[in-house]
Amino acid sequence: MSNLYSTQSSNVWKTWLLMSTFLIVVMMLGWFLSYYYNSYAILLVAFGFSMVMNFISYWFSDKIVLKISGAKEASKQEYYDLYTLVENLSITTGLPMPKVYVIPEEAPNAFATGRNEKHATIAFTTGLLQILDKAELEGVIAHELAHVKNKDILLQSVVVVLVGFVTLLSDFFMHSMFFGGDRDSKPHPALLVIGIVLLILSPFVATIIQLAISRKREFLADATAALMTRYPEGLASALQKITAHAQPLKKANHATAHLYISDPYKEFDRNHKEKVGFFHKLFLTHPPVEERIASLMGKK
Amino acid sequence: MSPIVIFGIIIAVAVIAVIALYNRFVTLQTRVAEASSDIEVQFKRRYDLIPNLIETVKGYANFEQSTLQQVTEARTTAMNAEGFQEEAEAQNMLSGTLKSLFAVTEAYPDLKANQNFLELQRELTDTENKIQAARRFFNANVRDFTIATKTFPSNIIASIFGFKSDAFFELPEGEAAAKDPVKVAF
Repeated sequence: MSNLYSTQSSNVWKTWLLMSTFLIVVMMLGWFLSYYYNSYAILLVAFGFSMVMNFISYWFSDKIVLKISGAKEASKQEYYDLYTLVENLSITTGLPMPKVYVIPEEAPNAFATGRNEKHATIAFTTGLLQILDKAELEGVIAHELAHVKNKDILLQSVVVVLVGFVTLLSDFFMHSMFFGGDRDSKPHPALLVIGIVLLILSPFVATIIQLAISRKREFLADATAALMTRYPEGLASALQKITAHAQPLKKANHATAHLYISDPYKEFDRNHKEKVGFFHKLFLTHPPVEERIASLMGKK
Repeated sequence: MSPIVIFGIIIAVAVIAVIALYNRFVTLQTRVAEASSDIEVQFKRRYDLIPNLIETVKGYANFEQSTLQQVTEARTTAMNAEGFQEEAEAQNMLSGTLKSLFAVTEAYPDLKANQNFLELQRELTDTENKIQAARRFFNANVRDFTIATKTFPSNIIASIFGFKSDAFFELPEGEAAAKDPVKVAF
C-alpha cells in the first residue's frame, strides 16, 4: 500500500538514486573515452561535469523548468482570483505560500516545481485560467499543492534537468550520426560509440522516468486535492475540460512532460507525428484521464 | 542472556517509547496553538478593514443606520470576546452582520460604482474565505491531536501527562461547507 507518508520518503530516496545513477553513467562514458584517448583528464572532466550537473539540478532545476516553459511571475493585482485562491488553499493545508507563475499559452495546463515546501512554485497557463471556473481552478491548484506537499516537486524537477540532458545528448548524437554532414565523410569513431551507447541507454532513461514518475503519484495528488477542497467534482470537471481542449502545449518536451497536470502531448499531435507510437508510449507519464476522473468520483 | 539484561532492555524500550509519544503530543499541541494564532491574524485583518468600510458607506445619504450599527457592535463584541467558544460565536455573528450589510448595499447603485467600496468588499470577502481556510487547517490539527489522545497506546500517555483534547470546538459554518459541497463552488 502506498500512502502519503511512504511516498514522501520514497521520493527522497529516488532523488538520491537518480543523482547517483547520473553520476555513474557519466563516469562510465568518461572512463570509456579516457581509455580510448588514453588520457585521465577526460575522466576527471567527466567527474567534475556530473558533480556540477547534480549541483545545478538540485539548486536551479526549478528556475530551469520555469525558463523552459516560458513562465512569468503573477502579481496579486493582475491575477487577483488565482492568487487569493492559492493563498487560501495554502492556509487550509498549512503550507507556506508558493510563488505563482503564469505561462502565456492557449493550451490549458499547470505544473509545480521547486526543491522543497519553502521554495515551491506553481505555474498555470493563461488558457487554463480562461476556460476554468473558480471551483475547477481550485481543484487544479489543490492538485499542484498536493505535489508540493507530497514532495514530488524536487524529484520531478531533477528528472527534467538530468534525464532531459541525457535525452538531449542522445537526440543530438543520433542526429549527427544519421543525418549530419555530407555522406562521404564518416563520423568520428568516438562520436559513433557515444551515440550507440546513448542509443542503448535511452530506453533505460525512459525506464528511470517511469520509475520516478510512477503514475500512482498523479492519482495520489488527485486524492490529496479532493481532501483539500472537499469537492472532487471541481478537479474532475477541470480534467475533463483540459483533455477536451485539443491543443498541444508548444513549449513542452519529453523532459518536462511528466511535470504537467495533464499530458501535454495529444495523440493527434501533428508536430510530433513520427514520435507518437513507440517513442511516445515509452515516455507516457500520465494515467488515462478517464481513469483519474472515475477514481475522483468514486466510480472505480 | 541473563534475565536482568532482558529486563533492562524492556525498560529501556518502554522509556524511549514514552519519550517519543510525549514529544509527539507536544508537537501536535504546538501545531494546534499555531493554527489558532493563524485564525487570529485573519480576525485582526477583518477588524482593521471594517472601520474603513463603515466610513465609506456612511457617506451615502439615508443608508440604513441600523445595519451599520449592528456591524460596529458585532465587531466590538468580537474584539472583547474571551474564551474559545465565545469568540467563535462572536465571529460568526460578525460574519452574519457583514453579509446583511453587503446585501443591503445591492439597493444602492452609486455605492456599487464606488471604487473604494468595491475594493473593501473584495478585501473583506477574501478575509472571510481566509478565515474559513484557517479554521479548516485548525480543525485538521485538532483532529490529529484528538485522535492521538483517544487511540491506544498513546491515550495512556495522554492521561498520565494530562493532554486533553479540550481545544476541539464546533464550527457551524465550516460544518455547513463540508456537508454541502455545492457551497464551495461559490
